[in-house]
Amino acid sequence: MTSLVERDTATWTSACERGALQPERGVAVLLPDGTQVALFLCADGSLHALGNVDPFSGAAVLSRGIVGDRDGVPVVASPVYKQSFDLRSGVCLDDQETSVPVHPVRVLDGVVQVGAA
Amino acid sequence: MTRTLVVVGHGMVGHRLVEALRDRDSAGTWRVVVLGEESRPAYDRVALSSYVEDWDAASLALPGSEYDDDDLVELRLGDPVVGVDREHRVVTTASGARQPYDALVLATGSYPFVPPVPGHDLPGCHVYRTIDDLDAIRATVRAAHGPGRRAGLVLGGGLLGLEAANALRGMGVSPHVVELGPRLMPIQVDEGGGALLKRLVEDLDLTVHTGTSAAAVKRDGDRLFAVLSSGLELDLDVVVFSAGIRPRDQLARESGLEVGQRGGIVVDASCRTSDEHVWAIGECACLGGSVYGLVAPGYSMAEVVADRLLGGRAEFPGADTSTKLKLLGVDVASFGDAHATAEGSLEVVLNNAVAGTYAKLVVSDDAKTLLGGVLVGDASSYPLLRPLVGREVPGDPAALISPAGGEPVGLDALPADAQVCSCHAVTKVAITDAITSGGCSDVAGLKSCTRAGTGCGSCVPMLKQLLASCGVEQSRALCEHFDHSRADLFEIVRSTGIDTFSALVAKHGRGRGCDVCKPVVASILASLDRGHVLEGEQVTLQDTNDRFLANLQRNGTYSVVPRIPGGEITPEKLIVIGEVARDYGLYTKITGGQRIDLFGATVDQLPDIWRRLVDAGFESGHAYGKALRTVKSCVGSTWCRYGVQDSVGLAIELELRYRGLRSPHKLKSGVSGCARECAEARSKDFGIIATENGWNLHVGGNGGFTPRHAELLVSDVDTETLIRTIDRFLMFYVRTADRLQRTAAWIEAMEGGLDHLRAVIVDDSLGICADLDAAMGVHVRDYADEWRGVLQDPEKLARFSSFVNAPGTPDPAISFREERGQRVPVLLGTPEVAAR
Repeated sequence: MTSLVERDTATWTSACERGALQPERGVAVLLPDGTQVALFLCADGSLHALGNVDPFSGAAVLSRGIVGDRDGVPVVASPVYKQSFDLRSGVCLDDQETSVPVHPVRVLDGVVQVGAA
Repeated sequence: MTRTLVVVGHGMVGHRLVEALRDRDSAGTWRVVVLGEESRPAYDRVALSSYVEDWDAASLALPGSEYDDDDLVELRLGDPVVGVDREHRVVTTASGARQPYDALVLATGSYPFVPPVPGHDLPGCHVYRTIDDLDAIRATVRAAHGPGRRAGLVLGGGLLGLEAANALRGMGVSPHVVELGPRLMPIQVDEGGGALLKRLVEDLDLTVHTGTSAAAVKRDGDRLFAVLSSGLELDLDVVVFSAGIRPRDQLARESGLEVGQRGGIVVDASCRTSDEHVWAIGECACLGGSVYGLVAPGYSMAEVVADRLLGGRAEFPGADTSTKLKLLGVDVASFGDAHATAEGSLEVVLNNAVAGTYAKLVVSDDAKTLLGGVLVGDASSYPLLRPLVGREVPGDPAALISPAGGEPVGLDALPADAQVCSCHAVTKVAITDAITSGGCSDVAGLKSCTRAGTGCGSCVPMLKQLLASCGVEQSRALCEHFDHSRADLFEIVRSTGIDTFSALVAKHGRGRGCDVCKPVVASILASLDRGHVLEGEQVTLQDTNDRFLANLQRNGTYSVVPRIPGGEITPEKLIVIGEVARDYGLYTKITGGQRIDLFGATVDQLPDIWRRLVDAGFESGHAYGKALRTVKSCVGSTWCRYGVQDSVGLAIELELRYRGLRSPHKLKSGVSGCARECAEARSKDFGIIATENGWNLHVGGNGGFTPRHAELLVSDVDTETLIRTIDRFLMFYVRTADRLQRTAAWIEAMEGGLDHLRAVIVDDSLGICADLDAAMGVHVRDYADEWRGVLQDPEKLARFSSFVNAPGTPDPAISFREERGQRVPVLLGTPEVAAR
């Protein structure tokens, strides 16, 4: 872990304390280059980060979607037109041709950090 | 080549013919010209007496009766046909227009028979047949002077007479009904049924005089007097003749077509007259020596002619003159050989004077075959009994009408070829075929596939039973996480006290939930007032609108709608809204619910905007929630010259009472201060219309994709009764409706429909009213403004930030341009994707 941090310090952005995240509710994170990320803490403790822009509407709102599962796949449903996206792969389950970027996410000293996609 | 069909008369039967023909004539071989006498297109004459509820002719309109989208149908109204030149095949109208035809269908209906009583043509004497007749009766009633309640006389105690009496009651007139026969509805019911019917309707402010007739009608100054042959003299405001109808066959007589001995244009089984190019259908036709005054045989004739015009061989299948109706709230049904005229027939009678029900079955001399029957007070067994006429009785006939006696007759007892839907002559086997091989899996599918259930609707419960008996499981599962329906989950949450989604899904479901079940559970918890909607885990269940207490727009911004109860607002508050909109650059639009929508607020701006609004006395308008939206009102009696009640005052009271009530879908309401209905209350889930005596409550209306007119639930009630009834209506809806099911669909899906609803919340047939009242009491007591709840809680406030790592930075994706002096979103670059 340490070596990884040293290698790409510049690409990680601190979002917030892990304890500040509420399970099954997303937050939006702004990366230095203006990219918006939707960050989720799931009920099982896993963290996921996807591009925040909903590809079907263009609005940066995926962080405001409802988190749940479909056939066991963890998903977030876009609040605009309700398509569901796999939290792990970013693939839209309602339209396999469409996906959103997946961002790396890690916890360092209790702080959640998001990387570039 | 396109031929021309001329239809004379645009009543229900004429309209049915056009509909049936255009439905099947896909090649467009016929052009149709409809020539009508009345100034309005065909309307639901069967429901004429309901016109007095709202005086809105539009609510009687038959769907599609203006043929707006059909180039092959031309409808000319208000210009009756006065002559038929059969030699040249041309008809002439009153205005002198000449219209050639290749085929002519006479659907001229009938006219009311007015007995030659002296004084029958005095002012104040009317007939009961058309909307115009009802308008004229109303004008007489309104112009009437004198103290006390208005009194009216209805001549004729048959079906039409009782309808007319009902209409008079609706106008606040106490009716006397005079019937020459020994009982009311002498054609349909027997002596025992007639006696009970008389008792039941006399409880409803009718005075019944049987075995007598009117000897004369006189006018003395402002008053009308009627002298009965019994010697009784009645002091009256209005007289209505409804002593039967006669076929309108004058055109046929004048053009030399054959007419029956007692009137009616003679037709054969194909409904063709003595001229091969001329047909007659409905009440003007005489088929097999009979003239039918019911709409169902008329519809059958229309179907026959449509088929024949397209080269078919259809014949009139014979009329089922069975009748089931609700007169003045009293169920009456008559079917088959109701008077036991068959040789040796036996009667089985159950006369329960205590319950107010009468049932008689007529069976063959060996007690094996059902021949007919009469039901008064409770006609719920009619849909099962009528198809059994002429067939073997399953077991003891008494068991069929005895509530405690043996197994109630089931659908399995019905033979395959028995009619389930008598309006459209759909047999049981046609329905089961549609289910098993036609792929119909619900009532809606059966309706569009077989037309069963689209007439009077009384067979809809049987359709449901047939679906069930064919093994179609109507899945009630909410989603993959719950096998329960929303109503089931509501009961689970209510009775177990479970107050988190996690606990509920762990105990009664599976998985982690989704965007279907989570908002449903959030709504249930909110309906039961289990804390602020953003408290604890609840925030993770909310759809984005509820989560931010505002309405998400296409560019990711939100709109804000403060509550403006009843649409009443002070200038000071209007100014505050204007200032807030100006200061935050919000696009401003007046909504359809008489309030103001402020668009373009970002997540981080919402609390600041609310604080300004809340400080000025505003609160959340719940525009974002499946909850009460608005109670729209007209200005009412305070200002309006025509208003009879304070509609604004009531609207505000209702909006403040039900604000914040979470429900399966949004709820809209309206209050109109008089029958002119400027608040469009009948397009609302619950709409209130003022009357001279109180309020009429209509329920189950909506606009939207499938507009519905609300139906009258209770009439002329005082404010206290009104509010109690709405309390129960809403709570019953909140508890039992499906997810996203508006009140109209909820009532439609309810077994027994509006009557059942009325029984539950007015007559307390389920014994739950005290519970519903208490639940609404809790809601009213515990209501708190959701915006204020956020402003007072730093933890909730912290969630209203654009970015968790940069709370003050606005979303860079959002930009605006200017249009007509206001800010509107710059459309975001996305591929065109259809909304689901």
